[in-house]
Amino acid sequence: MAAESISWWGVPLGILGGTLRGSAPFLFVSLGECLTEKSGKINLGLEGTLLMGAMSAYAISYLAQPVLGPTLSPWLGVLVAGLAGMALGSIHGWLAQQPRVNDVAVGIAMLIFGSGTAFFLGKSFIQPQAPQLPTIELGIWSSLPQVQSALKISPLFLLGMAIAPLMAWFFRATRWGLYVRAVGDSPDAARAMGISIFKVRLLSIIAGSFLAGIGGACLSLYYPGVWTERISSGQGLIAVALVIFARWNPIQCLWASLLFGGAQAIGPAFQAVGIDTYYYLFNTAPYLLTLLIMVFTCSPKRTLSGAPGALGMNNCNE
Amino acid sequence: MLNTRHWHRTLEVVCLPIAALLVALLIFGGFCAMAGANPFAVYGSIYKAALGSWSAWQNTLIRAAPLMLTALCTVLPARLGLVIIGNEGALVMGGLAATLVGLGLGTSLPGVVTQVGMAVGGAIAGGLWIMLVGVLRHYRGVNETISSLLMNYIAIALLNHLVEGPMRDPEFVTKPSSRALLAANWLGTLPGTRIHYGLLYGLIACAIAYILIQHTPFGFAARTAGGNLRAARIAGLPVGKLTLTICFLAGSAAGLAGMVEIAAVQKRANASLVSNYGYAGILVAFVARHHPLATILVAILLGGLLASGGILQRSHHLPDATILVFQGIVFLCVLFSESLYGRLPLFRDRVAVATKPPLTTPT
Repeated sequence: MAAESISWWGVPLGILGGTLRGSAPFLFVSLGECLTEKSGKINLGLEGTLLMGAMSAYAISYLAQPVLGPTLSPWLGVLVAGLAGMALGSIHGWLAQQPRVNDVAVGIAMLIFGSGTAFFLGKSFIQPQAPQLPTIELGIWSSLPQVQSALKISPLFLLGMAIAPLMAWFFRATRWGLYVRAVGDSPDAARAMGISIFKVRLLSIIAGSFLAGIGGACLSLYYPGVWTERISSGQGLIAVALVIFARWNPIQCLWASLLFGGAQAIGPAFQAVGIDTYYYLFNTAPYLLTLLIMVFTCSPKRTLSGAPGALGMNNCNE
Repeated sequence: MLNTRHWHRTLEVVCLPIAALLVALLIFGGFCAMAGANPFAVYGSIYKAALGSWSAWQNTLIRAAPLMLTALCTVLPARLGLVIIGNEGALVMGGLAATLVGLGLGTSLPGVVTQVGMAVGGAIAGGLWIMLVGVLRHYRGVNETISSLLMNYIAIALLNHLVEGPMRDPEFVTKPSSRALLAANWLGTLPGTRIHYGLLYGLIACAIAYILIQHTPFGFAARTAGGNLRAARIAGLPVGKLTLTICFLAGSAAGLAGMVEIAAVQKRANASLVSNYGYAGILVAFVARHHPLATILVAILLGGLLASGGILQRSHHLPDATILVFQGIVFLCVLFSESLYGRLPLFRDRVAVATKPPLTTPT
């Protein structure tokens, strides 16, 4: 085994590489969920959106290859993944705002519907090999192949890292950012300002789902870079908890995504140096981490600082 | 007047879900047509495979049994206003515990005693699993939906770990599994049928849940607390105790589903235990509008649907995910129909309309 030549250094190196590779989907989904929750709605269906994005990105990349060639077609896939996310998001955004309809229940329904549709349409794309997104090599200074492969970065990851501060600026300094915050914090005040709560929430959910769709593209076109039905393994749902952990702050979503990407890489990193007895248990690290973080940061006495005031309330304009 | 209103209300509660199901069928038909299958032939196959013959009915009821039990895992906490979706995890934990008890007791005891032990073990394991969600909710304010969902993944990982490692039967090579239960400990079938006793477990559990919720002081307290938590606290109701008890009962129902699946279908613990009965149970609970008796009916309907999944694959060449798509469409339609209660003029009795106060401006 090649990894044994650098022995135990393989573990931290594997975790580092896994962090850089595996954080991108978390980053996109959590930024999307952050935007959605800022407007006062929760979208649990982003897991389905992630799968739909992964499937459509892979399928389009594969189908467009003869026409656009292997460099352009993955990027078309990324775009279509975002659009597929928007389609699911508009269903969620509309339905979750009907009177007496609980957005958590709609989220579960969209999770089933989205993953079902992705599996249905993606059945025929499990076998073929689609062209992948290019990578940026940061490890060429090193002679060790392990270091080189650990320091490969997806351009989408860089894009996500750019979106995070952009979204923070959007919330802080733009009129539309103010609208989103107002609708999420105090719908009454927003209504008094003459803002359409329905429209702002719908657009926030659709835009958030666009990002989550791109998160799916990171999965199928970069890492692990195939399309299978088990590809997302709850990452869309973890993102919901991740946003709570990040206190609804896009910049902190970035750090939290890196942490979760790293937690996810623990199992494979140990497996790479030959320890696979507890493989499945190591793989629960992101879920356990999420749960623990929620246990330590939540409190029954007060709402969390930074939480949008109207989050999860069914205060639609009946 | 009271009677008319009651009658209209009942009609609404019966008609709206049925209408939602019909609309879902229509949309699904369109979906099948786009996928290149004849929707009417698909409907026909679903009917034939689900309810068309005694044999089909037996398949349906076999699948309905765990659904009734997993649905209760969402139904009961809903009375307290909790949305719990950890059904799959509780089922897995129940199945694991039932396997451990079943293998542990082995030949030493008569089959019936072992089965009771497995059922109790499964129910306790599932119950504690969901009670943990209740503890986190009550003492730490952790969102119960997300925590129960995360725990699904943890339970499945634990199952995979155990059947690949400590519990693995080295002689069974098809896939990583525990040793098989002795035939004496299998859950038998109802005389003259292929339907196992799990169906009775499901029916009885739903009946108990109904009586508990509707006809006991405990159920009354739970419903009160679910209606208005602050009022319940002021009235001195033990909200914490209620939360933990309801969560335990909910989880034990799902745990029992795991025991049924192990003792009647799988006969050994392995990854096949994770077969989405948990997620389908959430759907059943919502379509039944969290009513324990309606759960029985909806579980049978969805059981029929699951039973027809294979035939869609074989005779219409549709992927096995087709049933998942159908479930999603049904779920979405039913949720939309929720928003129509009290809005359709058809179900409004005239007296109430005449004396309705003028609409106030929305706040």
